[in-house]
Amino acid sequence: MDITNTPYKHCDLIKITGRVDSATSPKLGEVLDKIIEEGRFKIVLDMSELDFISSAGLRELITTQKVCKRYNRGEVILAQVPEKILYTLDLAGFTKLFRITNDVISAVGNL
Amino acid sequence: MTTVIFPGRYDSLVEIAKFVNEAARQAGFSNLEQYQVETSVDEACTNIIDYAYQGENRGDIECTCLVEPDELTVILVDHGKPFNPEYIPIPDTNASLDERNTQGLGLYIMRQWMDEIHFEFTQDCGNILRMVKRKEKKPC
Repeated sequence: MDITNTPYKHCDLIKITGRVDSATSPKLGEVLDKIIEEGRFKIVLDMSELDFISSAGLRELITTQKVCKRYNRGEVILAQVPEKILYTLDLAGFTKLFRITNDVISAVGNL
Repeated sequence: MTTVIFPGRYDSLVEIAKFVNEAARQAGFSNLEQYQVETSVDEACTNIIDYAYQGENRGDIECTCLVEPDELTVILVDHGKPFNPEYIPIPDTNASLDERNTQGLGLYIMRQWMDEIHFEFTQDCGNILRMVKRKEKKPC
C-alpha cells in the first residue's frame, strides 16, 4: 500500500494505492490521525488505485469519519471508488455513511 | 487439491490472497467472485491471527484450496484457541454513524459472500474452517 497526501488550503486529498488489509491498515490510520491532529477535518480519499480493502481498512475509515463529522467541522468523502470496493462498502452499510463521488475535483470542490 | 502453509502474521495475507485468487480463477469465477473469495479468506485469516492465536507469529495457517468446476472449497486450519463464531457480534449495517462499530464485520462479510461456512474444533487438529463458494449461474 502507498499513500500520497496532497494538502489543499481547505482539505486534504489522500490517494491510497494497493491493498488495505490488517498488515497495512495501521499505516492508513496513522496518516489519517496525523491530519486530524493538525486540526484538519475535511478529507478526500482518492480510491481509484485501491485494489483491496478488508474490514480492518473499513474500521479506519469509520473511525476517521466519526471524528471529522463531529461538530459539523468536516467529513471524509470517498472519490473514484472501483466497483469491487463499492461492493464491500455497500455490504458493510458504508454507502449510507459516506458521500461517494465519481471524480476527485468535484469531491475537493464539495468540501 | 493444493495446500500451502503460511506463517500466522498479517504480512502473509497478501500471499494467501494470491494463492486463493489463483484457485478462484481456476474455478472459473468472475472478477467479482474472485474478489469475494479473496476478501472472505482475508477476513478469516485475520480472525485466526486475532482470535485463535491472539497475536502474530504464534502459529501457522494451513490453507487448502479444492477446485471443482464452478465451485471452490477453501479449508483453513490453525492450532490456536477454539474459535466460537457465536461469540462474535452481528454488526448493525443500518446503524447511524455515531452508533456504528465494525465489530463482527469480517465474519459478516464471510457469511454474505461465501455459500457455506463450517467451523469445527478438534483437540488434534485445532480450528478447521471450511468455506465453499459456487459460481453464480447465469440465467438461460
